[in-house]
Order: sequence, then C-alpha cells, then structure tokens
Amino acid sequence: MRAGSAGEFRRSFGDGLVKYLARRVIRAIFLLIGVSALCFLFTEMAPGSFFDEMRANPQISPETIAGLRAQYGLDQPLAVRYGRWVKSALRADLGYSIAYNTPVAPLLWSRAKNTLLLALTAMILTWIVSVPVGLWAASWRGGWLDRGITVLSSLLIAVPEIVIAIALLASAVRWRLAPVGGMVSTSIESMSEWARLKDLAAHLELPVLILALCESAIIVRHVRASGLEVLNASYVRAARGLGITRVRLLFRHVLPAAANPAISLFGFSLGGLVSGSLLVEVICGWPGLGPLVLDATLSRDLYVVMGGIMFSALFMAGGNLVADILLMLCDPRIRTGGEHAN
Amino acid sequence: MRISGKLGMGTRLKAAALAASLLVLHLAILCAGFISPYDPAIQNRDFPYAPPTRLHFNDAAGFHLRPFVYAWTPAGESYQEDLAVAYPVRFFVRGDPYSFLGLFETNLHLFGVDDPQKIFVLGTDAFGRDVFSRVLWGGQISVAAGVVATAVTLLVGTLIGVIAGYFGGWADEALMGTSELFLALPWLYFLLGVRAFLPLHVSPARTFLLLTCVIGLISWARPARIVRGVVLSARTRNYVAAARGFGGSHLYILRRHILPEAFGVLLTQAALLIPRSIAAEAALSFFGLGVSEPAPSWGNMLGELRQYSVLISYGWLLAPAAALFVTSVMYSLLADALHSRLESR
Repeated sequence: MRAGSAGEFRRSFGDGLVKYLARRVIRAIFLLIGVSALCFLFTEMAPGSFFDEMRANPQISPETIAGLRAQYGLDQPLAVRYGRWVKSALRADLGYSIAYNTPVAPLLWSRAKNTLLLALTAMILTWIVSVPVGLWAASWRGGWLDRGITVLSSLLIAVPEIVIAIALLASAVRWRLAPVGGMVSTSIESMSEWARLKDLAAHLELPVLILALCESAIIVRHVRASGLEVLNASYVRAARGLGITRVRLLFRHVLPAAANPAISLFGFSLGGLVSGSLLVEVICGWPGLGPLVLDATLSRDLYVVMGGIMFSALFMAGGNLVADILLMLCDPRIRTGGEHAN
Repeated sequence: MRISGKLGMGTRLKAAALAASLLVLHLAILCAGFISPYDPAIQNRDFPYAPPTRLHFNDAAGFHLRPFVYAWTPAGESYQEDLAVAYPVRFFVRGDPYSFLGLFETNLHLFGVDDPQKIFVLGTDAFGRDVFSRVLWGGQISVAAGVVATAVTLLVGTLIGVIAGYFGGWADEALMGTSELFLALPWLYFLLGVRAFLPLHVSPARTFLLLTCVIGLISWARPARIVRGVVLSARTRNYVAAARGFGGSHLYILRRHILPEAFGVLLTQAALLIPRSIAAEAALSFFGLGVSEPAPSWGNMLGELRQYSVLISYGWLLAPAAALFVTSVMYSLLADALHSRLESR
C-alpha cells in the first residue's frame, strides 16, 4: 500500500470498500428476512395459541376470543400476517405483545439493556484476559504453562455451558462468594449512588465470570494456534535473534500478524452479545432478554418470542458485518478485492 | 489406519482406555433398568431429599466384605442411623418391574437391600425418587436425544453437502447461502422459538421426537459445508474421472468413490455433535420445555436446581451435571482421537 500513489490507494480502497460492504450488508439483510420468514412458517405449524387457556374458561365466550383474535390479526392468512409484521418491524415495533399489551420492541429493549450490560462486561473481560494468555501459551509452546492452559481450555470447551454455570452457581451460593439472583439487592432503595454501583458490580460478578470462562476458552485456543503459526516465521526468529524482549516480540510483531482469526472471532463475540447469555441469564436470574423470552415461550406470547429471536439475529448480523469491516481494514488482500476476498 | 503402526504404546493404551470407558458408560445407560435399584418414577413421599445412603464395611464385629447399610430415618439435611439394625446389600435381587431394552419384562436388579429398607446411592429428590436410578434412566433419554439429533444433522448435512459439492452451479450457491443463514442463527433463541410454536402439552414421546428433530435440523450447516469441501476435492480425482468415463452413474460414483472419503470427517463430526445435542436437549429440558416429568432426563433433573434453596442444601442433586460432564469430556476426547487418526493423513 505504501508503495502505491495516493490516487491508486484511494481508488482501490474505495472501490473494494463499497463493493465489499454492499455485499455484506445485503447478506445481513437476507439473514434477517430468512430468520423472520422461518419463524412465521413455524407459527403457521403451531397448533396451540395464546388464547387456548381462555378457550378453556367457560366465562369467556367464543365470540370474545374470535374478536380478540381478529384484533391481533391472528385470523388472517400467513402472508398477510407476515406483511403486517414486517410493516410493524420497520416502524420499530416488532409486533404486539398479547400478554404485556404493549408493542414488543420497547419491552425487549428495556430487558436487552441488562443483557448488553452483562454481555459487554463479560466480553471486555474475556478479550483482555484471553489474548495475552493465548499468546503467552504459544510463546512457551510445550512448557507446563502451555500444557496447563491447553488442557484447561479444551476442558472448558468440551463441558456444556449449563454444567459450568450450575457448578459455579452452586459454589457461589454455598460459600457465599457472590450474591446471586437478579441484578440488585432488595435494599437498593436506601443506598447511595456509589453503593448502588458496587451492588450492581457484585451482582454482575457471577454471570460475567461464567460467560467469560466459557468464551475465553475458545479465544485462547484460536489465539494460541495462530500465534504458533506466526512464531515459526523467519522474521520472528530474526527479531528474536536481535535480542528483542518477549513482550515486545509478542505484541508488536506476532499479534498483528496473528490477528485475522481473532478478528473474525471478535465479530462472533459481538454477534453473540445478545444471544450468547440466554442460558446464564436464566440460571443466574439476571433480568435480561433471556428470561423474558423464556416466559413468553411458556405463555405462547409469539410476537415477543419472535422479537427476541429477531433482536438476537440483528446483533448476529451486525456483529458479522463489523467483523467483516474490521477484517477488511486490517487485511489488504480483502481490501483490494482480490481473489481471497471470501 | 496407516498411522496405527506408528502409534506409541502410550497412545494405544490411552485409546483403549477411552474406548473401554465409553463402552462402560453406554452399557450402563443402556442397561439402566438392570443397574438401577428402583423405578425412576416411583415416589417415596416419606423420604424427600434424603441424602445418599451411607455404605458400611465395618461394624462392631469387624470388617465385612459385603457392604451393608443401617436402618435410617431422615432428619433434616442428614439422617439418623440405627446401628442396631443392619441390612446387607444383596446382588441380583427382585424389585420393581421394568422392560429390558424393550425386549422383555423383568424385575431383576443388580443390587438392592431387603424391604422395608431403601438404598439411595445418590440420595433422593423432592418426591423421594431415587436419583441414581433417575440419572441412569435419564441418560437413556439424553443420550438417545444426542444420537438421534446427530443422525438427523449428519443425514441432512451429508445430503446437502453432496448435492452442493457434486453438482455445483446454482444449487451450490443457493444451498451454501442458506447454510450461512443457519450458521448465523442465534440457535438457543431459535430453539426456544421453535419450541414456542410447537404444542406445549403433548405426549413425552412426541415431544422427544419433535425436539430431537429440531435440534438436529438446526445444525446441519457445518457438516454440510465440511462434506461439500470433501466432495469438491474428491470430485477432481483421476479415478472419479475414469469411473465417469467408463459410464458409472452419479449414484454409483457417489457411493463407491466419494462418500467413503467423507467417512472419517463424518465420524469426527458425530463425536463432536452428540455431546452438543445432548447439551441442547439438557438446556431445553432445564427450561421446562423439553422432556417433561415424570420421565427423567439430565436436563429436567437439573431444572429442580433453579431454586437456590435446593441448590444450597442438596448437593447430590448435581449428579446429572456430573453425568453431563463425564459424557461430554469422553466424547470430546473421542473426537480428538478420531480427528488425529482419520483426518490428518
């Protein structure tokens, strides 16, 4: 890049960027359309509905239920319902919750804020810890530290999240290591600002730890693998021969070259911000999107469930998009739209 | 298989140990009725949350080879033993009737104690049901869910991968585009959604079947892409071109030359997918959306622990989590072994 003239740089950069971005955005939109269409197909196949319980109640007449069905548009054919839903989604309503009697989107957003708080904290912690750990393990290849880290990360990847979460929860509850359940203490009203913040942080500890443990195992493994590849390169050996310090070698010379897989993973992390913590939220009683969607599932409040799915799909698509853009900014092969673009 | 000659003694021993422990695990789960002393659904309302029954080898008279338990009465978190009355553990006893693998009815159990005494190796749950028996029987459901879901995934994945890789063109583009969609699905949310659209109260057998199919169908994308890659490279081989030249049909070439190449990859994928499907089923059942009571599965047994008071007091209810742990680790070791043996040629 540095060798080319400024005009050439702009041309290749601009063209590649626009084309590449356009393709990725279109893909993201297709993803969202696909997911919503799939969901609607499933609603069509569902035999039960929210009004089943009302139907069992003799005090509510069939006419009332039919009226309600018509009011919520549930008596319309699939295509009409889908069209209406898309319109509502474009107005940022995402349909109407029958159980809560409000548009879905604000309902979701009030819970998604908690989910994002939890997931973002976990993600920051994960990345701050696992990149250095992965590189460190790679640079001590075969040593006891490396072997320990490898075994631990394999174990964390192999064991289902539900087991890790329950085990940590059990130890936290038994030995009173951290408060569990909800995101604030019951005495929150009487606390000062600072005490509230500390209370929130204490409630974050356990779910963040569970999430970070599960995710960092994967990242450590990938960073280690790509670090190993780069560490074999001759320029790294040359740098080492010049007597460069290990820290400078790893972070200045190895990390940038080993960054590509990590950046893709970063996109996955971003994409999973909303959806990745469902299980942990339910297990730890964190009032995020997960418990809301779970309750909606149990009470058959379909549009809330769909909203939850769409919300997490939106983040998925957005995360992948961000990862693609980051990759493009970091990798000239993609930037110039060469054969390696995919 | 070429590599097996080069394998060191240690590697072989490890492989044998892994195979043996996997076999033991699955045999134990398969023969749940025989090994478990009680019926998993039978309640003992007098003994809710009874802790694991203590086995003894020593009494006043000294050491006994045959273990025994003392008569006991529940007392809060622990229980009181009556040292005067001992019940020896007997083997091959008659007890609750069960169907052995669906083949024949029997009431023979591996071990038990004389009535009225009960032996709860892993304690009991809220209804006084034997946790040990439930873990074994639950294992049947959980592992079956994993295997069936994986079979569905691999079947669909292979079919789509072969079509995309072998025939190429627009079919390839369309299928791989769809697979990207499925790869980017927030799968647990989607699973919840799918479950929301399925009937809530249907027979356990139907729920089980629906669930496993859905879990299986959701994850076809990765194996499909892997199979596609294998097929793409196999298609260019000279012997495939030769077979084409001799007039071999597509079906013949696929069966004879191309699918065998994908065998190792599929086996590794199976070892990876089975524990993940088991975990997916466990998560759904944990939420109360999967296998429903009174049928046990590892997931719905863990569901009881959603009350923190239960979680603090009755540690033995974590047994299904331990079972999940052991199963997942074994399968992951198997996947590693298969990967290094079948794929890195």
